[in-house]
Amino acid sequence: MPVASRKWVPLAVLAVFLAALPGIAEMLGDRYLVSLFSRLLIYALVAVSLDLILGYGGMVSFGHAAFFGVGAYTVAILSFHGFEGTPFLEWPLRIEGSTNALVTLPAAALCAAIFALIIGSLSLRTTGMHFIMITLAFAQMLYFLYISLERYGGDDGLSLYSRNDLPGLDLSDDGNFYYLCLGVLSISLFLGERLINSRFGQVIQGIRENERRMLALGFPVYRYRLACFVIAGGIAGLGGGLIANQTEFVSPGLMHWTQSGEILVMVLLGGMGTLFGPLLGALVFLLMEEILTGITEHWMVIMGPFLIGVVLYTRGGIYGLITGQEKAGG
Amino acid sequence: MLLIVEQFLNGLQLGVMLFLMSAGLTLVFGIMRVINLAHGSFYMVGAYVAATLVHQSGSFLFGLAGALLVTALLGMVVERVVLQRLYARDHLDQVLATFGLILLFNESTRMIWGRQPLFMDVPDWLSHTVELIPGAPYPSYRLAIIVVGMLVSVFLYLLFTRTRLGMQIRAGASNREMIAALGVNINRLYTLVFGLGALLAGLAGVMAGPILAVESGMGESILILTFVVIVIGGIGSIRGALIAALLVGMVDTLGRAFLPALFRLFLPVAQADGVGASFASMSAYILMAAVLVWRPRGLFPVAGS
Amino acid sequence: MDEPLLRVDSVTKRFGAVTASRNLSFTVQPGEIHALIGPNGSGKTTIINQLSGEINPDSGNIYFAGINLAGISVPARARMGLARSFQITSVFERLSVAQNLALAIQAHQGHSFRFWRRAHADPALGDLVEQALARVGLEERAEEPAINLSHGEKRQLDVGMALAGTTRLLLLDEPMAGMGPGGTVELSKLIRGLKGKLTILLVEHDMDVIFSLADRISVLVYGEAIATGTPREIRANPQVQRAYLGERL
Repeated sequence: MPVASRKWVPLAVLAVFLAALPGIAEMLGDRYLVSLFSRLLIYALVAVSLDLILGYGGMVSFGHAAFFGVGAYTVAILSFHGFEGTPFLEWPLRIEGSTNALVTLPAAALCAAIFALIIGSLSLRTTGMHFIMITLAFAQMLYFLYISLERYGGDDGLSLYSRNDLPGLDLSDDGNFYYLCLGVLSISLFLGERLINSRFGQVIQGIRENERRMLALGFPVYRYRLACFVIAGGIAGLGGGLIANQTEFVSPGLMHWTQSGEILVMVLLGGMGTLFGPLLGALVFLLMEEILTGITEHWMVIMGPFLIGVVLYTRGGIYGLITGQEKAGG
Repeated sequence: MLLIVEQFLNGLQLGVMLFLMSAGLTLVFGIMRVINLAHGSFYMVGAYVAATLVHQSGSFLFGLAGALLVTALLGMVVERVVLQRLYARDHLDQVLATFGLILLFNESTRMIWGRQPLFMDVPDWLSHTVELIPGAPYPSYRLAIIVVGMLVSVFLYLLFTRTRLGMQIRAGASNREMIAALGVNINRLYTLVFGLGALLAGLAGVMAGPILAVESGMGESILILTFVVIVIGGIGSIRGALIAALLVGMVDTLGRAFLPALFRLFLPVAQADGVGASFASMSAYILMAAVLVWRPRGLFPVAGS
Repeated sequence: MDEPLLRVDSVTKRFGAVTASRNLSFTVQPGEIHALIGPNGSGKTTIINQLSGEINPDSGNIYFAGINLAGISVPARARMGLARSFQITSVFERLSVAQNLALAIQAHQGHSFRFWRRAHADPALGDLVEQALARVGLEERAEEPAINLSHGEKRQLDVGMALAGTTRLLLLDEPMAGMGPGGTVELSKLIRGLKGKLTILLVEHDMDVIFSLADRISVLVYGEAIATGTPREIRANPQVQRAYLGERL
C-alpha cells in the first residue's frame, strides 16, 4: 500500500469513530464511554503539545504535567471565585472570578504559557540530562506550591460547583462536552500541522537535528526553543482547563511527576515527531490502563515492564507501525 | 538559639541523606551518561528490607547489613539486565525505561508488603538524646545519621584518591575514552559503580526508615531533591554533590522552620503562614534556579559532561 | 590596499598548557581566497572557531568589516555575513536537501517567528532555494532526506548552506576532508566559481587544492602565523620549508 493511504485510511477510520462515539455509546447504553473518551481526547491534546517540544523540538521535558496542572487550577480557581462572587486578586489589578468557558479556558492557556515562559527561560539555558532533571524539578516545585495553597484545598484538591458555561452549548451534558474536546483537539491538530510546516516549525526541527549548525547559520536558537516551549505549555494548559471541567475536580496530583512521565510515554508509544502519533499513543495507553485496572489493582506491575519493552524493542511507535515509517522526518 | 541549633542539625542530617543519594547517582550520570530515575527505588527497597529484617530478628545491624547486601545486588542486576542496554540510547529512552522500573518496583513493594506503611523502630542503643550544648537535647539516632554520612564522605574521599578503582572511576567521569584506552574493563567498572550507588541509596533508605514511614513511592520524593542537588553540584562531581547536598539540606530545613516566622514580620499571621509555607516548599528549587542563572553547568562542572 | 574585510589582531587562546593561538595576526582582503595551512595541531580550527564565535580569544581582537567582533554571538556574526562550513559535515539529516537550503536562506530573511504559511509554499524562499540547489548541483536530489546523500554530496550541501545567505566572508574548514579524488574536483570547481564574488578563508590539508585556488596563504605553526604571501612566495620561504620539513610542498 502506498504510504499516503496507509497513513490516511486508518486516521480517517479513527476520525469517523471518534465523531460517532457518543452515538455508539448511546446504542451500547454505556454513558461512561463518553466521559472516558473525553478524558482520552484531553490527554491526546496534552500529548500532542508535548510532542511539539519533544518530537519536533528535540527537548526532553519531564515536567509537562506542570502546565497541565496550572491550566486545570486556573479554571478551578476562577470558577471558585466566580461562584463565590469574590475577586481572585484585588491588587495590583482587580481580577474577578469567572465561570464562563470563553474566559476560563483562554486564561488557563495563558497562565500555563506564562509559567512555561518562566520555567523555560531558566531550564533552556541547559540541555541534555540537566534539562530533564531541571524540568522535572520545577514541575515538582509547582506541585508542592499548589499543595501549600490551603485556600484552594491544598493536598485535598478543589471541587468545581459545576462545569463552566459556554454560550450556546450546555457543557453539563457529557455529549456536548465530548464534542467540545473533540473540536479543540481537531483545531489544535490542524494548527499544529500548519505550525510544523511553517518557517518556525522548520527552524525548531533544524535545531533538533543540529543545534550548532543552526547557530552558525544565524538563528538565535534559545529564543526559538523558548517560543516552542511556551506554545506547548499553553496548549497543555488548555488541556488542563478541559480536564478540570471534565472531572469537575482538580488536585495537585494532576501535576505530579508521574503524570509527566505518563504523557511522555504516550508520545513515545504513539510515535514522536509525528502529529497523530501522540493521539494514538494517548488512546492506547489510557485504554490499556483502563483495561488493566479492571483486571488487577496491581496493573503497574504489568505496565512497568511493558514500558521497558516498548523502549528497548520498538522504534517509531504505533504510528510508525501503521505507516511503515521508522521515524517520521519533517 | 536552641531552635536554631536543632534546625541546623536537622539540615545537616537531611544534607547527609541527600549526599548518600546523590554521590552514587552523580557518578552514574557522569560516567555512564545514563539518566536513571529508578535510583529512588534502591532507597525504598533498602528501607523495606531493613524494616522487615529488623522486625524479624530484632537486630538493627542485621537489618542494615541485609539491606545493604540486597540493594547492592539489586543495583548490579538492574544494571546488567536493563541499564546496560540503554547506554547507547538517547536520554529519552533512558528516562522512559527507568520510569518503567519505578512503576515495577513501587507496585512490587505494594504487592509484597501491602499498602500500609511499615514502621521501623530506632535501635535501643540509639534511642536516647544527647546534649551537644547544654539545654539542647538532640536525638542520638539523628546524630548517628550525621556521623555515618561523614564517615561515608571520608570513605569515598579515600576510595577516590587512594585506590586504583577510585582513580578509574574518576577518570571515567571526565574522560570515558581514556579509561577504555587504558585497558580497564568498562562493563565491570560500570556494574561496580552502579552497585556502589545502589548501596549508598540503600544505606540512606535504611537510615530514613525509623524517621519516615516506609512506604511505596517514598523513593521519589527524595529522588527529585537529589536531582536538585546534582544539578547544583554539577553532574559527575562528588565534591559538588557533597557541597550541594549540605546546601540543599540546610536551605530546605531552615526554610521550612523559619520562613513563616520571617513573613510574620511584615504580613498578617494567617497570610504569612501560607506564603511562608509556599516559599519554604519551593526554597530548594529557587536555590537551583539561582545557581542555574549564575552557573548553568553547576557549581563544580566536570570537564566533558 | 583596501580596508581588509577581516583583521585578526594579536589573538591568543590557551587551553590549559596548550597555546592554540599565539599572538596571531593576519588579514583577509575583500574578494580574495585566503588559505590557512599548517601542520596538525597548529591551531587552524581553533582560529576558525574564534572567528565564528564558538570560542572567545583570551586576548586580542578580531575585526570584521571594521567592526570588533568581541561580545557578538555566533548567530549574530552569521547574520552579519560571516558564514562557515564544518570540518565534520554538518547538515540536517532528517530534513530534505531543499529544506536544508531553505533554512540557510531563512536565517537571513529576518526572524522566523512565522507560524502559519507553509515554508515550502513561500515564494520568498522557493526561488532562492532553486538557485541554491543549482549552485551546488543538487537539483535532482532536492526532495531527498540529507541522510541519504553520499559523502561528497553532503559536503556540497554543507558548503551550499554556508553560501545560501547574504554571505560576505566564507570560512571553509577542510571542505575536502574525507573526499575521493572525484569529489575534490567537483568542490574545487564550486569554490573556484566563487572567486571574485565572495571572500573566502580556507583551511585545507590538500596542498594541490590550496596552491591552485588561493590568492594568498598564511602559514600557522604552533598557533602563530610565521609567513603570509602569494603561493609563489610561500613556496620559496625558507622558514616555511623548515616548518614543513619532510612534508611535500
